[in-house]
Amino acid sequence: MNSNIEEKIVLKESLKLDSGSNLVNCEIAFKTYGKLNKKKNNAIFICHALTGDQFCTEKNPITNKRGWWSVLVGPGKVIDTNIFFVICSNVLGGCMGSSGPSSINPKTNRVFGMNFPVITIGDMVRAQEKLVQSLGINKLFAVIGGSMGGMQALEWAVSFPHKVDSVVPIAASYRHSAQNIAFHEIGRQAIMADPDWFNGNYYNKKKYPKRGLSVARMIAHITYLSESALQRKFGRNLQNSKFFSFDFKTDFQIESYLQHQGISFVERFDANSYLYITKAMDYFDLSQKKGGLSESLKDSKLKFCFFTFTSDWLFPTSETKTIIKSLNKSDAKVSFVEIKTDKGHDAFLLDDPEFHSTLRGFLYGQIKKNRI
Amino acid sequence: MGKLKKIEYEKILRNDLLIISKLINENEKILDVGCGDGKLIDYLSKHKNAECRGIEIKQSGVNLCLKKGLSVIQGDANYELDEYPDKSFSSVILSQTIQAMIYPERVLKNLIRIGKRAIISFPNFGFWKIRKEFLFYGKMPKNKMLPYEWYDTPNIHLCTFKDFFDFCKKKNIKVNDVIFLNENGMRISSNFFRNFLAYQVIFCVSKK
Repeated sequence: MNSNIEEKIVLKESLKLDSGSNLVNCEIAFKTYGKLNKKKNNAIFICHALTGDQFCTEKNPITNKRGWWSVLVGPGKVIDTNIFFVICSNVLGGCMGSSGPSSINPKTNRVFGMNFPVITIGDMVRAQEKLVQSLGINKLFAVIGGSMGGMQALEWAVSFPHKVDSVVPIAASYRHSAQNIAFHEIGRQAIMADPDWFNGNYYNKKKYPKRGLSVARMIAHITYLSESALQRKFGRNLQNSKFFSFDFKTDFQIESYLQHQGISFVERFDANSYLYITKAMDYFDLSQKKGGLSESLKDSKLKFCFFTFTSDWLFPTSETKTIIKSLNKSDAKVSFVEIKTDKGHDAFLLDDPEFHSTLRGFLYGQIKKNRI
Repeated sequence: MGKLKKIEYEKILRNDLLIISKLINENEKILDVGCGDGKLIDYLSKHKNAECRGIEIKQSGVNLCLKKGLSVIQGDANYELDEYPDKSFSSVILSQTIQAMIYPERVLKNLIRIGKRAIISFPNFGFWKIRKEFLFYGKMPKNKMLPYEWYDTPNIHLCTFKDFFDFCKKKNIKVNDVIFLNENGMRISSNFFRNFLAYQVIFCVSKK
């Protein structure tokens, strides 16, 4: 979709995927902030969520908006780019320069579309590890991510425990629950039911499954908020008039808000990428690994710092507590904080002072320990 | 950010914590239940080379612990301890917390299950000044350790040295040692009237 992304690497070797397929000439688009120090021990890898990208801070050159984690990442911020070298890459399957369904298949010289192989969170992380290697970094100071980014952080802990010092999964889980899969499936069905989807081959057409993708985003967006936040923000307020319209135009503010979320999303996101990435999340379940969670993290010297938010019903605290229970069995160094907020799952993206000061505290403690 | 010297540390540790720290051997694996700002486990990891973990209910406490680079889980000891495997720590510490537990028996049983031994400190309700407040003023006693009013106190399961000792006997819990402290946090050496003289007590207990 965006072939003009400047910073990217092409993996020399083909990437072996969990599905059994191989991806040749796999491209990973990324962005770095701050400077790598001489000891090369100040690198933090940030993993983005479902619809994020590599532009976690500063101005996003594609959308011209502020990066999605600008409140947290930058000079003097919690993830301080004066101290840390921050790396953020577009996930495999994405549409911001990394290989995905909208990229050109080197074998056919045509857009992949639905011929792109189905990917997993594990595949995404293996590609990220190759990127980190290519930057000459042997060990990351931390891997930090929220939501799907938190899944990737956990995958790092399981797949590359010796290549990272601390792992910070935020508002995440070790698996996607039945309810989460259900919401994703509605989103996918909405896209695939759109006649403009053309079985994924819409790239050379003038049409694009806008309506389907927009509905998918609207559904997902509700799951990122909470009932009380919606009530507080919108209540039953009407959008344009004091009276009901008695037709099916937009009456309520919440309707207008969701429509806006849907419309602005389709401008920046590829519908097929949405299908692939949601599928990758649905497949994620670390407890299915050999020996389960505690066995896969046994003997690791990793430090974990988990964050959850009280009103997050997409990735509730109980899910994280299950991981902690396993980690306690495997004797890992675990910290965990549940932040009180009514802002729902999206709280991890917002300026929550409690969350920020606790994460700052954790990073500060680790800076002292690692002497960077 | 120089490492605090051992002696400087000892000045900022609460007296009962200082005495508890002296009970800990080198290289132990410690769980501090209700670790507050983490001063004790910070001290133990630096000066006793102990491998430490903490549980703290207050977020402000967890935050201070994280700043010290400690591994701490925010949670309620009434419930959280069920999740720890047997004998995963050499010592489990519960300082000035048991009196605020909803289920002290469940907590205590968990402590000696998780740790090879448990070190428990609490204010002694048998202390003579507390008895005096009842006797002369007929009011709920207050002091530095128990500063709350009856209606807002978190301390819902107060007991005396004798109460706790009897409880251990009844529940078949082995009492390895008891340390009695006066109001200044100094050890009481006398073998008499200890329940009368001690401001706080420290129990070392384990499974029989």
